[in-house]
Amino acid sequence: MFGSPLAWVILALAQLVFAWFYLANLEGFLQVQPQLIRIAHPPGATEAIAAPLFSIGAVVLLMITPLLTSRLIAEERRNHTLPFLISAPVSMTEIVLGKFLGLMIFLSAIIALIVALAVSLLAGGTLDFGLLLSNVAGLWLLSACFVALGLYISCLSTQPAIAGAAALCILFALWIMDNAESGENGIIRSLSPFAHFENFNRGMIDTFDLAYFALFIFFFLALSVRWLKLYR
Amino acid sequence: MSAKTEQKTVSAHGLSRYFGARTAVDQVSLELRQGEVLGLLGPNGAGKTTIMRLLTGNLAPSTGKVEICGMDLQKQTLGAKACIGYLPEVPPLYRELTIDEYLRLAMRLRRLARSKTDDAIRRAVERCGLDNVRRRLIGSLSKGYQQRAGIAQAIIHDPAVIILDEPTSGLDPNQMRDVRSLIRELGAVRSVIFSTHVLSEVESVCDRVQIINHGRQVFEGSVDMMKLEGTRLEEIFTQSTLEKIET
Repeated sequence: MFGSPLAWVILALAQLVFAWFYLANLEGFLQVQPQLIRIAHPPGATEAIAAPLFSIGAVVLLMITPLLTSRLIAEERRNHTLPFLISAPVSMTEIVLGKFLGLMIFLSAIIALIVALAVSLLAGGTLDFGLLLSNVAGLWLLSACFVALGLYISCLSTQPAIAGAAALCILFALWIMDNAESGENGIIRSLSPFAHFENFNRGMIDTFDLAYFALFIFFFLALSVRWLKLYR
Repeated sequence: MSAKTEQKTVSAHGLSRYFGARTAVDQVSLELRQGEVLGLLGPNGAGKTTIMRLLTGNLAPSTGKVEICGMDLQKQTLGAKACIGYLPEVPPLYRELTIDEYLRLAMRLRRLARSKTDDAIRRAVERCGLDNVRRRLIGSLSKGYQQRAGIAQAIIHDPAVIILDEPTSGLDPNQMRDVRSLIRELGAVRSVIFSTHVLSEVESVCDRVQIINHGRQVFEGSVDMMKLEGTRLEEIFTQSTLEKIET
């Protein structure tokens, strides 16, 4: 993946977006900082700059991931290279996990870019590393959900473009579901991975959210394995 | 023949495959020993490709059983697959890789020791005549080279059973001759199954021939015996396939 121009272009463009929001947040924070001193528990730099950056990261990944997952299986089918994998002495589970982890390594690089931006705040202040870690974990799990879902959608089509568009639409719908209900614990909202990411974003690691992410990822990976087995 | 004493490498019994209501392969059985070359013949759409997909685990049989080197393809899947080298009808090539990278990937996918990789690639490249294009992107190569890259990935791990689906299609006469001699060379120590439309190819390369029509086996025989008896493969082929096409 890192041998192809696609990876570098995506990394560069993602970094451009992150840097833009980082600077915008930083400027905003600096403007309101004098007033913040008067509040009893003012938000720190991590809360005001880094955490929103991770929220933006979630939206950027929402758009990038379907682009990358669309090819995973669909392109193998279109190019007739799937027999190359299936005839090899590897199990279907290994094929799916390989595809999943391969892309996760790349997405980890994108997340690392955001972390690098957040850490650069150390130059002019302190950081809440607990909040930062919770954000990293949350975004990583969220992107793992995107990949698992996209991977399964990619199994269903021989056209990468269709797989990509479908995955994007579904992720977008999940995102809207997060904003659909005003209440904290509506059913529709709790089905959306974005709602579970928000707790991580606030620095709250809840076992309920962890279980949700684990189930979501496992469910779609298992579906992909099943699809590959039935494909024969 | 000495082949009788050799180890059985492929044994398939009562293989059938249905696609919905359509029967693609109907109760086909075949056996192969080490050092044998089997030719699969048949008109287009007869089910040759489906049989090969069943034999390599790319398609699950509706009925029947496949054993590769004594291992059940359904139960000891990984062990059985490790003994197979398969060239599908469309060579499974990654156009954005060079021949070298592609073969390295094939080695890794089959979990072969990295220390052996360089030697294995050199041997496969030499055998398939890819020496001077090793560092070129597969996508930029001619069809003949691509076909041979497909053969190279099928033989690189030195499998006991080599299954080639129309290995000579898209090749010019010289390349065809090279591939045929390669098949003969491989067939001396390994088992080879290959499908083709060229009858003379079967006569010059194979030990045995099976003719498939409408998913069913309509003829099986030894090429040597046929030569002794003076029967011509072409006649057998026409007789066993023609009437059924008309009906």
